[in-house]
Amino acid sequence: MSDTMHEVTYRIRHFDPNRDAAPHWEEYRIPYAPGMTVLDGLWKVKELHAPGLAWRSSCRMGVCGSCGMLINGKPGLACNTQISELGTSLVAVAPLPNFEIVRDLVPDLRPMIEAHRVLMPYILRDDVEERENPTGEFWQSPEELEHYLQFSYCIKCGCCMAACPTYATDPSYSGPMPLGQAHRYNSDSRDGGFAARRELLFGEKGPWRCHFAGECSRVCPKGVDPAKAIQLMKRELVLSFLRLRRAKCPSGLAKKPEGIGRREGIPEAPAPTV
Amino acid sequence: MLESKGRPNRLGLWGWLGGGRWGLERYLYTLHRLTGLGLLAYFLLHIVVTSSRAISPERWKAAMDSVTGPLFTVGEFLVFVAFAFHAANGIRLVLVELGWAVGKPIEPVYPYRTSVNFQRPLAVGAMILAVIVMMLGGLDFFVLD
Ligand code: SF4
Ligand code: SF4
Ligand code: FES
Repeated sequence: MSDTMHEVTYRIRHFDPNRDAAPHWEEYRIPYAPGMTVLDGLWKVKELHAPGLAWRSSCRMGVCGSCGMLINGKPGLACNTQISELGTSLVAVAPLPNFEIVRDLVPDLRPMIEAHRVLMPYILRDDVEERENPTGEFWQSPEELEHYLQFSYCIKCGCCMAACPTYATDPSYSGPMPLGQAHRYNSDSRDGGFAARRELLFGEKGPWRCHFAGECSRVCPKGVDPAKAIQLMKRELVLSFLRLRRAKCPSGLAKKPEGIGRREGIPEAPAPTV
Repeated sequence: MLESKGRPNRLGLWGWLGGGRWGLERYLYTLHRLTGLGLLAYFLLHIVVTSSRAISPERWKAAMDSVTGPLFTVGEFLVFVAFAFHAANGIRLVLVELGWAVGKPIEPVYPYRTSVNFQRPLAVGAMILAVIVMMLGGLDFFVLD
């Protein structure tokens, strides 16, 4: 495929729950310009052929996680995928599998969000007062940051869930995104929620259903590598089962720098709004 | 909560085979499950056949006679092949799933190098080991006696 190409064909899977008994494919030809993303093409299809076509997108720069879809058989972000990358002039777009279809290319991501919520993806600590009314920052070294930084880049797009063969057959499995995010918090030095999350990770919901097919990590558009997070979490769970895991106290407050004044002429920070 | 008239779109068994992108580890995942089920079926059959010994020596002999012949030798060899694969891949999975072969968390810089790339040499090594064991088994089954 080259930049001398002038047209591409979009094959789009349509489904309108109020009209259609089953999803069906439609084809459209649209003009192509170098640099066009799959998302740009969808807008062109909407403009020229199918005004009713529905999909989800927002930031168009791989940040919001809205535009996950099945592009030529592989889950990915429409805004983050150049048509020229696909190596063909046929762009087949379908909604992310393993989620119910709301309409056309819009998947119902709520089961994923719910599984994510259940695993408590936030800092858990006993000192509730400090958490709710902070008096300072919790201490964390750059090395400690490295333990979870990679996993914190997740944008909850659901591509990994659509690629996972375990999730394809087992809706009770939490899936790579929620489990990866559970590990992201478990491995945060400021967090003390490992024991509470461990109780939720037993059984079929938990990471033991994962057998490292690795597809989640292969498709993740942000390089989050949920398969790595899940395997590292399993190690922690085994160590804790064998009582070999070193109990970790969540880190305390960082010392406030002393003897340093504000330089002259620098205004005070505005009052917090949240 | 919003109610959608959602249409189910779960891949099911197709997700074991294709679904997204056909990576080596997905084939290993699927084969591991299939060989596991095959071995389980064999063990159940094995128990049924050998339990005839508890009934009488004649029944035992009759049972043994009914499972001999070239077809059963090939069948048993296939069970051995499944075993060799399941065992070698199982060793890989134990190492990977205990977090020993996936690498440390890193800064994701494009092009991403994931844990899948990191453990790939192990996957290749495990498959070489499986093939060696299969070949040795083949020698024993078909050549040596
Ligand atoms: S882990 Fe990756 S693929 Fe999965 S939801 Fe997060 S960003 Fe998307
Ligand atoms: S590595 Fe685990 S979570 Fe990721 S796709 Fe495979 S089975 Fe699913
Ligand atoms: S539109 Fe935001 S990630 Fe694609």
